[in-house]
Parts: sequence; structure tokens; C-alpha cells
Amino acid sequence: MTEQLKMDAPATDRRLDGMAQGLVGAPLDRPEGPLKVTGTATYADEYRIENLAHGMLVRAPGNSGRVRLANREAVAAMPGVLAVIHDPRLLRNPAQGTANKAPVQDPNEAHYLGQPVALVVAESFEQARHAAQSLEIALEGGAPRPVDPETAAYEPQPAKGVDQGDLDDAMAKATHSIDVTYRTPSHSSAPMEPHASIAQWEGEDLTLRGSYQMLKYNRNELADALGIHPDRVRILAPYVGGGFGSKLGLAPEAVAAAIAAKETGRPVSVALTRPQVFETTMRRSETRQRVRLTVDPEGRLTGIGQAALVSNLPGEVFSEPVLQATHFLYAGENRRLSLDLARVHRLCAGSVRAPGEAVGITVLECAMDELAEAAGIDPVELRRRNIPEKDPESGKEFSSRRFREALDSGAEAFGWKDRPATRSRREGEWWIGYGMASAARINVLKESRARVTLAPDGTARVETDMTDIGTGTYAILGQIAGEMLGLPRESVEVVLGDTDLPAAAGSGGSWGASSSGTSVYVACQAIRAQLAQRLGVAETDLTLRDGQAVFDNRTESLAAILNGDEIVKEGHVLPGETSKAVRQATFGAYFVEVAVNGVTGETRVRRMHGSFAAGRILNAKTARSQCLGGMIFGIGMALTEEMAFDDRDGHLANHNLAEYHIPVNADVPQITVELLEERDDWASPLQAKGIGELGICGAAGAIVNAIYNATGVRVRDFPATLDKVLAGL
Amino acid sequence: MRPFDYHRGTGIEDATRAAAQGSFIAGGTNLIDLMKLEVMAPERLVDINRIEELRGIEATDGGGLRIGALVSNTDLANDPRVRRHWPVLSRALLSGATQQLRNKATTGGNLLQRTRCLYFYDRAMPCNKRAPGTGCGAMEGVNRILAVLGTSEHCIATHPSDMAVAMMALGAEVEIVRASGATERLPLDDLYLLPGDTPERETVLAPGDLIAAVILPAPVEGRQAYRKVRDRASYAFALVSVAAVVAVEEGRISRADLAFGGLAPKPWRNRDVEAALVGQSPSEALFDRAADILLEDARGHGDNEFKIPLARRVLKAVLADLTTGAAA
Amino acid sequence: MQTSLTINGTARELDLDPRTSLLDALRHHLGLTGTKKGCDHGQCGACTALVNGRRVNACLSLLCMHDGDEVTTIEGLGQPGALSPMQQAFVEKDGFQCGYCTPGQICSATAMLEEIAQGWPSHVTEDLEAQPELTIEEISERMSGNLCRCSAYPNIVDAIRKAAGETA
Ligand SMILES: Cc1cc2nc3c(=O)[nH]c(=O)nc-3n(C[C@H](O)[C@H](O)[C@H](O)COP(=O)(O)OP(=O)(O)OC[C@H]3O[C@@H](n4cnc5c(N)ncnc54)[C@H](O)[C@@H]3O)c2cc1C
Ligand code: SF4
Ligand code: FES
Ligand code: FES
Repeated sequence: MTEQLKMDAPATDRRLDGMAQGLVGAPLDRPEGPLKVTGTATYADEYRIENLAHGMLVRAPGNSGRVRLANREAVAAMPGVLAVIHDPRLLRNPAQGTANKAPVQDPNEAHYLGQPVALVVAESFEQARHAAQSLEIALEGGAPRPVDPETAAYEPQPAKGVDQGDLDDAMAKATHSIDVTYRTPSHSSAPMEPHASIAQWEGEDLTLRGSYQMLKYNRNELADALGIHPDRVRILAPYVGGGFGSKLGLAPEAVAAAIAAKETGRPVSVALTRPQVFETTMRRSETRQRVRLTVDPEGRLTGIGQAALVSNLPGEVFSEPVLQATHFLYAGENRRLSLDLARVHRLCAGSVRAPGEAVGITVLECAMDELAEAAGIDPVELRRRNIPEKDPESGKEFSSRRFREALDSGAEAFGWKDRPATRSRREGEWWIGYGMASAARINVLKESRARVTLAPDGTARVETDMTDIGTGTYAILGQIAGEMLGLPRESVEVVLGDTDLPAAAGSGGSWGASSSGTSVYVACQAIRAQLAQRLGVAETDLTLRDGQAVFDNRTESLAAILNGDEIVKEGHVLPGETSKAVRQATFGAYFVEVAVNGVTGETRVRRMHGSFAAGRILNAKTARSQCLGGMIFGIGMALTEEMAFDDRDGHLANHNLAEYHIPVNADVPQITVELLEERDDWASPLQAKGIGELGICGAAGAIVNAIYNATGVRVRDFPATLDKVLAGL
Repeated sequence: MRPFDYHRGTGIEDATRAAAQGSFIAGGTNLIDLMKLEVMAPERLVDINRIEELRGIEATDGGGLRIGALVSNTDLANDPRVRRHWPVLSRALLSGATQQLRNKATTGGNLLQRTRCLYFYDRAMPCNKRAPGTGCGAMEGVNRILAVLGTSEHCIATHPSDMAVAMMALGAEVEIVRASGATERLPLDDLYLLPGDTPERETVLAPGDLIAAVILPAPVEGRQAYRKVRDRASYAFALVSVAAVVAVEEGRISRADLAFGGLAPKPWRNRDVEAALVGQSPSEALFDRAADILLEDARGHGDNEFKIPLARRVLKAVLADLTTGAAA
Repeated sequence: MQTSLTINGTARELDLDPRTSLLDALRHHLGLTGTKKGCDHGQCGACTALVNGRRVNACLSLLCMHDGDEVTTIEGLGQPGALSPMQQAFVEKDGFQCGYCTPGQICSATAMLEEIAQGWPSHVTEDLEAQPELTIEEISERMSGNLCRCSAYPNIVDAIRKAAGETA
């Protein structure tokens, strides 16, 4: 039943190119679109289960001390209150992506301000909210905690770094060099759907309707947190209102809902409030990055240094992988990359869209812009000259890399040649400038499973616990199955987001589409083989299209071949040697035109273009949307987004969407995206790589570089809010 | 949100009486926000939305407008008379919040909306305005959006309204019905109190005092502008804003009615600035002098220090805009 | 608190805790979960619905204040199989990804076209007294009360232009 593919060798057969249905790559509408535009797609907190009770989490008002519920009895006696829960199993920290086990639990001691410490459950949402607000949390015996990463103790992360050649020597000898320090603040994923869970027990079996990205991990995390067997847990998440990392691992509301439902004997819904989303789910670590770059007279990099300081709570192993793509993006024999992890009592740091590259490449690309200026070389040309032949550290080949083409094609599409000299073009009050940056993101394949059923009537069903968080999974899995089985898109049903279904890789790390897509591909291959066997032909001689099989100059309908039977196959893909044998990554380039107001320092992005190469594109429409999304995250990163922490107690001051400024429609121009044709045989048999995060990996750098071109002001402290630009105007 | 008693006001008298132990609710876009967080917790809500006398925009005998307290921000911005004769007010309204919020937000509610100070909004934080005597969390904390003028050692909150800034420049008055039934007219400037030792007291209104209307005086000669500087292109509060009505006659400034948002605990008007401009011929040096006067007592608190140079630049740009090419 | 109102053309009677927001009334008590809760504080627009024809944030409104009002939610604009032109355009232009902000965007966009038709100015309207045009800049400004973290903004603008062309 289960067909397995371990990705040990490149898939040079490129079977998808030989298929006849014409679905893969086509810019098809999302099949679930009509549900989403009518409000009939059902998200986690939207199941109106009978007898549903409502829970509201309560936060620690400080960052240290023993937690005491000062007026617990009084709150328990408030109207409608069913329970006040202060259970040692409540999560203290959210789970990191792919943790697969319970994160840090125990609400008895405060470690950061905003940490969940209790749950109040009541008959109605209104009663629960008021009772939760009435619960007084006393913190006893606390002591001052370090909250500022720049002064806190830190731990070097040598495994993330490299020290190759002699950077100091290269700095001393270089024709041109730069040595600059940049800072990026913490970012919040801020998905529009707040994390929410409805927990319901039937005996010892728990069903959780949640808003999560990686259900197979989340199930294990939840079971482990509750101390029960994973078989007893079912998670449903057919629609997820965005995640961007914050829903990779379990968040506190899920465990709280499960405990509350058990204790009250009723289904319980716990939805995070927006401030709780900010405070109790992951932040992207702030970074301080010192970048040193040196070039020879020809503009070839001789040295690259990037020393990053990031932070997290004590005990958390996650350290923002700032250097991830610096390791291979550019040539240069002298390399010193290092990462330090400071321990601070701010809310938990973890994955936010493109952990690592989003900030690491952004800063590297700003530094490259400074180097281009110092060396008197056009920024695009500087990058072109430094594309390494092989991975400059491991010496491995690149699996596929249309980086140079992205630079060239993007520059052409944008009109880069018209870039003004620094601080030279003015339109009324506005300074106009262009900027560019490269894009790079590692590519990963993860274990994934899917079941495909070809029904006797010649329709198919794809089933997996994979999620669609806006990424287009419903669309692309149907397209892959339809392509392989020769079925129109409408004849394929895709069922997602249920842990009772075969376990997928989950949506994260940009690996979702290629991993889950490959599992569908593998299952379909097995179905094709079975069809071929029934017909007595070689599978490779079988053409499937529009529900018909064409072989040996004959045509027969699938229904006839199946003759009343159904074929069920499970596809199972595992990463293998190809992950290690070559360097796999996606590449691209961004080009931006900004206008910076000469009076106020306000920046407007007037034009933005991205050219990207990410292997085979599975759906040109949804892939483009992913790129737009990433680039717009980049606009936020460049101009407005900053989690503002209070240096005295480490609390997040702007925990709301009025003061944590994600871009609004008026901040965003009609961005253009080019997807370059590419096939990556090493990545997967689909020849596809990840695209969900590539769009953010450097984008903000292009904008800040454009601000420099417009005004001559280098902002090295993100975001480039008007006060920082103004300071240099 | 604490439980409350909901009372639908049937008339002004009924409402003011009922609100003696409670709060009026108009659009609710500020009050409900704060009630959900229990930053505000009235025991009784008096819904004034059905009181017809509080609706409508009427011409006054003096050539101005009487704007009912319930007139929505949308209807006020759209009013053809406002668009023609008081464009600074339309512009200010349109730069505020979003269309959805403006559709609900009312004239009275907008004037009385409370500060967006992050510490005021967070009950775990000290705040003299929310909880008198607990201290000011923002003073040495995150205060990018807070005030540099008119503050006290107890509070540096800003008043967040755009509309009120324009009304201040236009010399608007508020018509108040006191809980006692007495009706009064006050210059808008006199409605607001500076924080001093009692940042919890923001206006001269006592419980049950109702704003019935805002009176705009007759339109005056001059050009009008509202310039708002903020962190996003839209849907963000003002860091600095300037409302201006400026006229130039025979090469000299004959009128310079100016008000500022984002700088102070109330919409800010400084007559000395205006006096320094009137009678003078426009020049950069003059505008700098005006800015000097405006910002003489300005004091930043770290994050918000940039507002001082920013206010200068914006004021100068607005004055330059409104005086260049103006009738000689 | 007894409240009578019309929702998507159907008369409804509710007797709820006066603290219940219009949004929670729809979501928790009427099974109309198409109207989304993104922030509950007027900061995102996910809860946008039409009250007496005007778009508002349903989270910053109490149900009890809506006695006698007419409310239209996303469910009232169209259903799968019978999409409104705006809904159809959002599907075709990929004006969404996760879909969570989408009902609010569509309610907002639907109201916005009417507002422009009625000549309402916006912050970016050059001449306050002229009939505003449906430019990209106008659409973007007028749609800025609806956050989309998936960042489908360019596609949302395209969808609105498409729908406007079709309904014009
Ligand atoms: C996310 C967000 C962004 C915003 N951005 C902006 C912005 O950029 N610029 C801006 O100016 N505003 C902005 N606002 C604020 C908005 O303009 C105000 O919330 C609104 O104007 C308040 O009006 P309302 O009728 O809803 O007031 P309500 O919430 O009903 O009332 C506010 C206060 O006024 C009192 N009150 C109301 N009417 C009367 C009356 N007639 N007499 C006596 N007391 C009365 C109430 O008791 C209450 O204390 C924003 C709001 C939000 C939520
Ligand atoms: S500035 Fe005023 S409102 Fe803000 S914390 Fe201080 S006292 Fe409170
Ligand atoms: S939920 Fe109402 S605006 Fe966000
Ligand atoms: S589609 Fe996901 S937030 Fe807009």
C-alpha cells in the first residue's frame, strides 16, 4: 500500500514534464476560494459545538517570582465561572517548530512578563474575559532579571559559525573594505487569525480544533504536554488563518483548552486575544550584526565576516540562524561567521517567516550595498562578480541556481540602469532612489505522507494531515494528482488538516509544497503503475488525460480500467543523500524604487520587483502570491515593524495591531514578480523547491538601500522609521 | 469588560440624568476598546445614539456651522459646506483612523477619545492617568508616540485626535449641557485640561455633562491645510500634525491660525506663535522664529525626542506651502 | 438585553449579555462566523460588516446598540455557487491567501465602491469637491482599514478594479 521514496539520487527523469493534463504550474484559482470569499471556510474557533464553554488565559504581570492566584476563590465564585485553572501542565513557553515534544511547562514561576499563568473558564466569552481580568496574580520573591540582549550573558553557538582563512589579514590587505554594525528589532508573525483551540474529550480521546501549521508534531507536543498517548489525540485544522512561524509549534491555548475541557467535562474554546498572540507566541529575535567585507581591485570578495548577537529565554535552544545563507551566497576565501545567543527574560524567540535569512541576508545585502559604494562598483555587478562556483565553505555543487539570471532579468525588468546617483533625484518634496538586494534561502525536503484514492468513477481524493495556511496546498496537491492521474482539477478532491490522515511535513521552512507534493506524486506514481499493470503496458508508455488512458494507440476510460475497483496508495517521501550531496537553495533579486520625503523623512515604496528561481513552480498564481507576501513582509521590516520592549522589565509595550505596524494597503505598491523557469532534480522528483519564504530574504535590504540612494542616509538600525531618516537629512 | 447597566437615552435630559453614574456611549470606538481591557469600567452606559437633537449639521446665524455631537466623522468630512469652506477639517478627519471607524466615530466621542499611551492601555503597568498615584510608566519607557509639550512630571500622554486639531485651528466652540441642565459654550481650548498633578482629569466636564454640539465660526479668508506625519501611509495616529489657516495680504501674513497634534496632551494652540507671524512677510527665518516659539518649552523623553525637530520641519513646510504664491 | 434587528434580510431577536459585541453575537450566537475576529479592538478590519449600508468594525460595537438596525455580513453578499462579482474577482485575482481577512476585505470593498459612487472623498483625493476616481491610490487608501498579513494587497487592488469594471 505504501510506496516509499528516499531522495538518494537526483530525479533526472523529470516525469512531470512528460505528463499530459497540463495542470502543474498553471495559474489556477484556489479550489477553496469560494469558501473563503463567502466566509464559509471554517477556522479553529468557529465550530459551534453544543455546550461550549469559553476560556481566557491570564498573564504574569512581571518577569520573576512565584505565582500566586491572590483571589482565586472570589473569581471562581463569579457569575458563570466554571473553573480557575492553574495546572502545572500549562505551557510556560510556546513550542518551537518541529519540537515534537512538550515545550517548557509550569505556570508556577514567572519568567517573562506576559507569560500565561492561569486559565479562567466560564459559560460565556464575556464572563470568562471579565473573570480573567479580575484574577489577581501576585508574584512573590522575584529578583531582577536580565532583559537587554546587549548587556546580558550570552552563549556562543560555534556549530552555526565558521572560521576559514584569515579575515583580519584580509581586512588589512583589502583594496576596499567595510566594517559596519546593523541592528534589527524583534518581529511578530501577527497572523490575522489569533491562535485558538476548541478541545473536546470523548472518554480519554481528545479532539482539538486548532490553528496550527504542523499537525503531526503538534499532536505529539499536545499529548506529551498532557501526559497521554498521541493516539488519543486528534487535531483538526482544515483552514488556518496564517501562521508565519507562530503556529509551527503548540501555543499555550491548546493545552489550556484541553485541560479545561477535561476538568469541566465540556468542550472548551480558548482563543488568544491579540495582545496574547503577541506575548505568548514566538517573536523573531532581535539581532545585532557586525558585517565585515573586503574586496580586491576587481571587486571580488576576499573576506566575509558576520558576527551576530541574538537572544532567547534561558533554556530555549532556538537561536535565530542569522548566518544560514551567508555561508554560501557569496564567494570569498576568508570567512568568519559567528553567532552568540544572549539569555534574556523577554517573551520566547523562535521561527518567524524565514528564520535566519529574513534578517541575515537583509543585513548582508545592506553591507554589500555599502561595499559597492566603497568600491565604486554597481551593486548588481558586485553581486554578479561574487557568485561562487561551488559552496565556498563545503565545496559542494549547487543543485540548481539561477541567481545570475535573477539579477540580470530583474535589473532589466525594473530598469535598474536608470538608477540615479546618490541623493540626486528630487520630485517636489520627495527624494527618489533605487535599491536592490539579492534573495537567498536554504531549501529543505522533509518526510511526508499522503494517501491518494482513485475511485471507480475515475475521480481522485488526496488525503494528508498537511495544512494550507494560505500557502496554496489545496490547489497544488490537486494539481499534482490531476497531472499524474490525467484528471481535470475538479475531479480531484483534496482533504487536509486532520491527524487521522497520513502525516505530512507540515507548513513551515518553505518545505511544505515540495515535501507534501512529492508524497502525492509518489502515491500517484504507484497508482499509475497499477493502472499500467492492469493494461499490460509499461507505466512510462501510459498517457493519462481527461480521465482517459492512452497507450498502444488505444484509448480507454479510467472507469473502464478500474472496472468497479478503487486504487488506494500512500506515498511516503524521505530526505536522503541529495540533501547532503549538494547545496540546495533558492535565489532571487529585489529591485525597489522609493520616495523619501525631504521634510518628514517618511518613505514610500513606489515600485518593487522581484525575480525568483525556486525550481519548478507548481501553481504560478499561488507562487506569485507567496512572493508578494514575503516582499510585503519586507516592506514592514524595512519601514515600520518593531516589537518595542521596555528595557526595565522586558515587557513588550506595543502588543497590538495599532502600534505594531504591519503594512497596510496604502504602504504597498503594485509589486511585480517574475518566476524563472527552473528544474531542481536534487530537490525532489517534482524538481520544485520552497518558495514561501524566499520573498522576504533580503527584501528589506533593497528598500533601505534605496533610501540611501535617494537621500544619502544610511539607516543601520531597522526599521527605517522617519526619525532615523530625518536624523541624516 | 465589567458588567454594566445599559440605558438607551431618550432625550438630552434623560441622558444627562442617567449618566451621572456612568458614561455616555456614542460610536463606542474608543469606549468599547477601553472597556474590553477594563481600563474604563463604567457602571452604566448611556447610549445617546437615539437622541435626534444631537444629530445634524446646521448653518448658524453667524455664517458658521453647528455640528451635532452625534454627527459621524464620515458625515462631517463629507459635508459639502465643510469641504468647501473648512477643508482643513475634512482633511483632518479623512486622515484619521479608517473608513470603518469614521463611519461610527462621532464628533463628541472624537473630542473625548483618550490617549493611546501604551502604559495607559496595559493594566499591569503603572499609569497616573488610569490609576492615580501609581507613577508614569511611559516617562522612562516606550514613549515614541507621546508628548513633548504641555506635559507634567506625572504624565506625558498625547491627545490622539486629528479632528480636534483642525477644530482648534478653526477656533471652534463646544456646546455643553451640564448634568444640571444648564447649557454652556466654551472655546474648545478650554474644554481640555493639562495633566499637571491630576492627569486623570482631562476635561472640564463632570459626570453627566454632555457635549451637544461643536460650533464652527464663519469661514475666514486664507488657505487651509492639514498635514499629518505618521509611521504608516494610512491607519496610524499622528506623530506630528499641523492644522493651519493662513492668509497673506500685500506680502504680509494677515492670519496664521495654527494647531498641532501629536505633540501635547491636548490639541495644541499657541497664540504667541501666531502673533509672531502676523504682520510679517513670509521667510524661512520668520518660520524658524515661529518654530522657536512653539518649541521653546518642548521636552523629549528619549524615544519621542525626534518630534521636536520634526514639528519644526513640518510647521515650516506648511507655512511655506500656504504662503508661497498666495495673493500678494 | 432584548435586541431585534435584521441580519442578511432575516429578522432576529436576541436576548444577550449587554457586553456582547456585535461581532461576538454573530460568531458565538448566530452561527455567522464569516465575520472574523482578528484583534477585537478596531485595529485590523477583519470584523468589517455593513450596518445600515455602512461598513463598520463589528468588534467595537455592542449588539444592544443595534436594535432596529440592518446588518449585512459576508454571508449576505453571496454564497459558494452564487458569488457576488466582488467575491468572484477575489477568487480570480487571488486576493487572499489564508482567507482570514477576506470577508472583511470583501465587505469593505463592496461598501467602498458605493462610497466612491456617492462621491465621498478620501485622504488621497486631490480635490475635495470633485468626484473621486477609482485609482490604485484611492483604492489602497480606502482599503487600508483592512489588514492582510498574508499581504495580498496588490491582488486585492486588482480584484477590486476588476469587480468595479464588471459592476460599472
Ligand atoms: C485602531 C484605531 C485607530 C484610530 N486612528 C485614529 C486616528 O488616526 N485619528 C483620530 O483622530 N482618531 C483615531 N481613532 C480614534 C477614533 O477617532 C475615536 O475612537 C472616535 O473618534 C471616538 O468616537 P466615538 O463616537 O466612537 O466615541 P465613544 O467611544 O462612543 O466615546 C468616547 C468617549 O467620549 C464620551 N462621549 C461620547 N460622546 C459624548 C458626548 N456627546 N458628550 C459627552 N461625552 C461623550 C464617551 O463617554 C467616551 O468616554 C482610532 C481608533 C482606533 C480604534
Ligand atoms: S504618560 Fe500618562 S497615560 Fe501614559 S503612563 Fe504616563 S501617566 Fe499614564
Ligand atoms: S476584529 Fe474588529 S477590527 Fe480587528
Ligand atoms: S489572506 Fe491571510 S490575512 Fe489576508
